[in-house]
Amino acid sequence: MTEQPREYWRWQEYHRVRNDKSWKNKDVITAGVDVGSVGSKAAIMIDGEMYAWAVTRTGSNSPDSANKVMGMVLQDTDLKQSDIQYTVGTGYGRVNVPMANKAITEIACHAKGANYIWGPSVRTILDVGGQDIKAIHCDESGRVTAFLMNDKCAAGTGRGMEVFADLLQIPIEDIGKVSLSVDVEPPPVSCTCVAFAKTEAIGLLRKGWTREKVLAAYTRAMAIRMANLVNRVGLEKEFVITGGQSKNMGIVTRIETILGVKTLPSPNWREGGLDPMVAGAAGAALLGKALYLKSKG
Amino acid sequence: MASTAGIDMGIQTVKVVILKDGVVAARAKASSGFEPAKAAEQAFAEALKAAKLTKEAVAQVLATGSGMDIAPYASGNVSMMGADAKAGVFLFPSARTIVDVGAEEARAVKCDERGIMQDFVVNERCAAGAGTFIEAMARALEVKLEDMGPLSLKAERASPINASCVIFGESDVVSLIHRQESKPEIARAVFDAMADRISSMVHRLGINPDVVVVGGVAKDVGFVDSLKRKLGINILVPEYPEYAGALGAALTASSRVKGA
Amino acid sequence: MITHYGYIDGSGEYFIVIDSEKCNGCRKCVEKCPQGALELVTEFIDLEDKTVAAVSEAHRKKIRYTCQECKPEENKTPCVLACPKGAIRCSWKSP
Repeated sequence: MTEQPREYWRWQEYHRVRNDKSWKNKDVITAGVDVGSVGSKAAIMIDGEMYAWAVTRTGSNSPDSANKVMGMVLQDTDLKQSDIQYTVGTGYGRVNVPMANKAITEIACHAKGANYIWGPSVRTILDVGGQDIKAIHCDESGRVTAFLMNDKCAAGTGRGMEVFADLLQIPIEDIGKVSLSVDVEPPPVSCTCVAFAKTEAIGLLRKGWTREKVLAAYTRAMAIRMANLVNRVGLEKEFVITGGQSKNMGIVTRIETILGVKTLPSPNWREGGLDPMVAGAAGAALLGKALYLKSKG
Repeated sequence: MASTAGIDMGIQTVKVVILKDGVVAARAKASSGFEPAKAAEQAFAEALKAAKLTKEAVAQVLATGSGMDIAPYASGNVSMMGADAKAGVFLFPSARTIVDVGAEEARAVKCDERGIMQDFVVNERCAAGAGTFIEAMARALEVKLEDMGPLSLKAERASPINASCVIFGESDVVSLIHRQESKPEIARAVFDAMADRISSMVHRLGINPDVVVVGGVAKDVGFVDSLKRKLGINILVPEYPEYAGALGAALTASSRVKGA
Repeated sequence: MITHYGYIDGSGEYFIVIDSEKCNGCRKCVEKCPQGALELVTEFIDLEDKTVAAVSEAHRKKIRYTCQECKPEENKTPCVLACPKGAIRCSWKSP
């Protein structure tokens, strides 16, 4: 029996509170809950500033996942659910977020969140997940102007990279580093299709190519494909890459080279910076604030 | 009448057909592997033996298929579409649309009564559009490839599966069978997805009966059944559908020899 | 917002591109599509819910096949010709 595919990048469940912040009665307190197919995230904002956030794994149903992550994010704060004036649900499970006042698509929330995390200079976002790739162009306020989602073809997704890592027997966490260990960058594999690229790779190995060289050729082909997707929505600085592949330096450096643009680095969440994983939840909380103020006239 | 031969250098399998006195005298095939030219030599020798001919007795050899440029013995090439059209009309004089589904590519060809190709649609470079998809799904279902067809015929409905990509489809099927979804329904979904794509290619050309299906995948009863349902018309399948390309190349060689 | 519905795979690039700012939700494209591939959806734009045209979920991953009969590479498909606002177009590339 074949194994269930592993999650691409293992991440821990956690929550953070900015203890240097506090809230007063006149503040607008909003929350965003992002229920994805793999992870559920929540963010609490006070007057549009990040106060607390949490990241957990999505369970078997969306309402439970939403409740769980909401419970987590409120921990160690002196807030109760009833103090939150407006909650926006987003992500795959957005229509099943029990405490949400409104459900908003993840694209609007992701762009708004990226604008918050990286600043108003962000214009192009490439989000590469386990099973899909999204290319987003937005304006200075984080409003989406163009959008493309690919979930038809595995090439470039985390799943596609996993297949190659398995084929070449290289641990998934190392594929970025290994693909960059070649002296001379080989030409890309000719097949974008992962299934056909596998056969091509076997042929190359038989011809005496090292695993590193084959991986470099495949990674290059994937980077070219992702660059095409970005060009379609329109590449404009500043450019950021989010999602699991943002940690694959082999992909990131090649995309930068092909597009001729450097990406903005991700904040280091372990040192207290904002985790790009919560971009959706953060954006949802910000949109919640805007909607709340609008409803107050 | 001169004897001629056609070599179809397919990505997975090399096929050879020898025509003698206007009829098929021999068929042979070999796995292309990583040395397709050698496989072609092997299949050619086998076909000559079965046809009781020497290499010199073959007036002309033409090649077709994705590896046609490296075919041994061939003095020229025939496009895959052209070969399909020629073979289709030879096998069924009423044929006007030929559908060829191979391991890595699927084509629909429109032709006239002389087997001259008039229009075509190709789907290439995506494994989900061709035989590789069925093979991969069979592996994920832990079913032998030749059992996929009969298995699918047991189902009354198709299970909803991700059929847009071989890689996603494989993961999808693995989790579906973990959840005890019916294997016949998954198998049927695989063929329905293929048939859906082929049907759209045929519609693009305009439905011109009779529709003939060739290529390795045409041997699969599950695929043929799904395609019949999707197209809503009867379709014709020859006895050795995977040899259509090689047959078409041999037929083209015959008409070139006659012309000389 | 300009949404590209479709995909790039090994066989080419196939997209139906809809500009929700130009779209007024008139439904003419939805009615003209012979495959029933278009529908109206709610898009959240500028803090409002707007009703605009979109390619339905079922067709997004097989758009090449859905649209094939209408010859989208010529960008003169029934949906494109029906739109009074120029909000929809085809972007098709086969090798």
